[in-house]
Amino acid sequence: MFLEFDGLTKTYPGVTALSGVSFGVAKGAVHGLMGENGAGKSTLIKILSGDVAANAGGLRIDGTQQTYATTRDAFDAGVIVIHQELQLVPELSVAENLTLGRFPAQAGVIARRRMQEMVAARLQAAGIDIDPRAKVATLSIGERQMVEIAKAVMLDARVIALDEPTSSLSSRESEVLFALIGRLRAEGKVILYVSHRMDEIFRLCDGLTVLRDGKLAAHHATLDGVTRDQVVSEMVGRKISDIWGYRPRTPGAVRLQAQGITSPALPEPASFQVRAGEILGFFGLIGAGRSELMRALFGADPRRGSLRIDGAEITAQTPRAMIRAGLVLCSEDRKHDGILQGRSIEENIAISSRRHTSRFGILNRRAEADTADTYISRLRIRTPSRAQDILNLSGGNQQKVILARWLSEQGVKVMIVDEPTRGIDVGAKAEIYDLLFGLAEQGLAVIVVSSDLPEVMGICDRIHVMCQGRIRTDLHRADFTEHAILSAALPDRS
Amino acid sequence: MQNHLKKLLLGEQGLVVIFALAFALVSVMVPNFLTERNMLGLLQSVVTVGIVACTMMFCLAARDFDLSVGSIVAFAGMVAVMASNATGSIILGIAAALVCGAVVGFINGVVIAKFRINALITTLATMQIVRGLALIASDGRAVGINDPAFFNIALSKTFGIPSPIWVLVALFAVFGFILNRTVFGKNTLAIGGNPEASRLAGVDVGATRIAIFALQGLVCAVAGVLLASRITSGQPNSAIGLELSVISACVLGGVSLAGGRASMAGVIVGVMIMGIAENAMNLLNIPAFYQYIVRGVILLLAVLLDNLRSQALGRR
Repeated sequence: MFLEFDGLTKTYPGVTALSGVSFGVAKGAVHGLMGENGAGKSTLIKILSGDVAANAGGLRIDGTQQTYATTRDAFDAGVIVIHQELQLVPELSVAENLTLGRFPAQAGVIARRRMQEMVAARLQAAGIDIDPRAKVATLSIGERQMVEIAKAVMLDARVIALDEPTSSLSSRESEVLFALIGRLRAEGKVILYVSHRMDEIFRLCDGLTVLRDGKLAAHHATLDGVTRDQVVSEMVGRKISDIWGYRPRTPGAVRLQAQGITSPALPEPASFQVRAGEILGFFGLIGAGRSELMRALFGADPRRGSLRIDGAEITAQTPRAMIRAGLVLCSEDRKHDGILQGRSIEENIAISSRRHTSRFGILNRRAEADTADTYISRLRIRTPSRAQDILNLSGGNQQKVILARWLSEQGVKVMIVDEPTRGIDVGAKAEIYDLLFGLAEQGLAVIVVSSDLPEVMGICDRIHVMCQGRIRTDLHRADFTEHAILSAALPDRS
Repeated sequence: MQNHLKKLLLGEQGLVVIFALAFALVSVMVPNFLTERNMLGLLQSVVTVGIVACTMMFCLAARDFDLSVGSIVAFAGMVAVMASNATGSIILGIAAALVCGAVVGFINGVVIAKFRINALITTLATMQIVRGLALIASDGRAVGINDPAFFNIALSKTFGIPSPIWVLVALFAVFGFILNRTVFGKNTLAIGGNPEASRLAGVDVGATRIAIFALQGLVCAVAGVLLASRITSGQPNSAIGLELSVISACVLGGVSLAGGRASMAGVIVGVMIMGIAENAMNLLNIPAFYQYIVRGVILLLAVLLDNLRSQALGRR
């Protein structure tokens, strides 16, 4: 085995992220790494990249035991990790980014032409079609991803780890990426491919390792005879037949009526309505205007047009006033719009709903602690205590905390959740769906924005498909077909 | 053993432990340090910095900054003296000073929160404007007080302890409560943690920031009145450089300049460490010029310690 992990163990205060994980990957293989959030994938990648040190166990490359002290040592050992958040300098050119730290120079002056030629030759050899003189800021996300991989090619990496590389790519860009991965495999590189997407894993990978709760749940040297259901069971540790658990309801009166809604980010007026007890899905491609519409409804962006809740015209324009009017939004960008960095789980949950429990501006700490504990157990938030800094949680658990913030609100009439299960493990997804059905049964109007087609089809009563800033269809559950939804989501050719 | 020590120093209460050690060390090493007279003198000397640090803590916790505090202290002292002289009433003089301080702070807050001007620039501007007002009002000279009762504000004692120290202790208690037990305090920390997420969670970010600056101005005025009373006049050039001492004390006390992290206990310790260092150096007859160096070194060490602590906490 070219790349071998041997009994890797890593503990953080209060959490065991990895315990005794061992497996190997052969030369010239693409190996998948799967697991729910918090299963230990990121930790394993971080150890591989020299970002964190293991408490016990080690890793070997080509039979040599590696003892990194820094990420630089990992580079030198031929390991390149390409993270979800790309690490490029936007204001520099492609060529400059690719030679950063090793600029070809004479007496401190960069040999610009030599640099460009060198990079152009390597890009061409790898089959990457990007102008080395282009500024990275002007490239699309897909192109930037290519530049990241080109970095690995430039450095003659022997081991390349890709962490959710297609999460922000279009399907065309993904194809280019897959072709490149194929070429790298043919050159005899070891590629570790971390993804949630079962399609990609089965299409690209030679073998697969599944982690669960920091332990090795399964290792397949080959995927022959391995089924998707089997992998899902390995990830969750139990069989899941129907994770949606759809519960039919009879919708009541119209709760939310939006008429001609526009905002600076949403020039085309949008109109729709949701009934009490109804779950309305908004599906579309990235950039279709779904999140922009939700932000406008919530007053996060300036809104024009008419909005009625239970028949009463709403003039409120700020999130603060909209929450009081009974409309809440659990936004899609958790890091930027959701979590309060450096504050505890308890505070992150209580930030909005504490106005119901506090008196004369003084907190009711007992009530806030009880609420936090309730949701930690109800949503199965994995944490040693409610006092934990939210930054110490995994992404999926942070998402659950933000959901708890809105679930603990009182007097909510319309609940909008934007990508509620993105980055959340399968087990917790089922619970979130259960909660959404519960909210609808209580008579709330629920709006779910999602890019996950099976999800919107599985849980919604009705689906609006958006494309290029417009609502295109109104499909009822009986009429849901993948074909109908997807064809409405794709822009017409012109 | 070594691990134990590391845990103690880098833990939640690390600063308090270091403070206790430093205090014990100075008590043994420096003659006349641990006397009632010197202790009261020490507390008197940190009153201005300590009072202003209470609200500076809120400012920094909300990711803001206030450089105008020194000028407001001097200006409020001037107003208190001049208004008392003009009206013949000390109460009216103090009230005028408090109103002026709060108004300057309120203006800071409105410019920063509503017109979205960087807090550093805004308060750099008001720092100079307000200092200018103080100089113009007095023509650049100290203004004496007519009614000797004004001195009593600083001289009066309760249970043998001078009033300014009582005020300091009371403000420590009040602002500690506000930070940890009120919606306002938690909202301040939330805004510092993530302003956009706070807005989307229904926090009135603008109003909270304006309130923080107005409160800061008001508290500076309290410090200004006490200072004027102690130096028995309104001096337009007093409290120069105060903003830096106050911010140093807060940072020393573990308040994050990136916002979202603050504790009253930390700030109290920060204020006291600065005070003790200065006091001990005075008792040891170390010239004032060297004291600048020592203060700078203490600040750097504190920030270094803070860095080590965040690393030890192991952010994932």
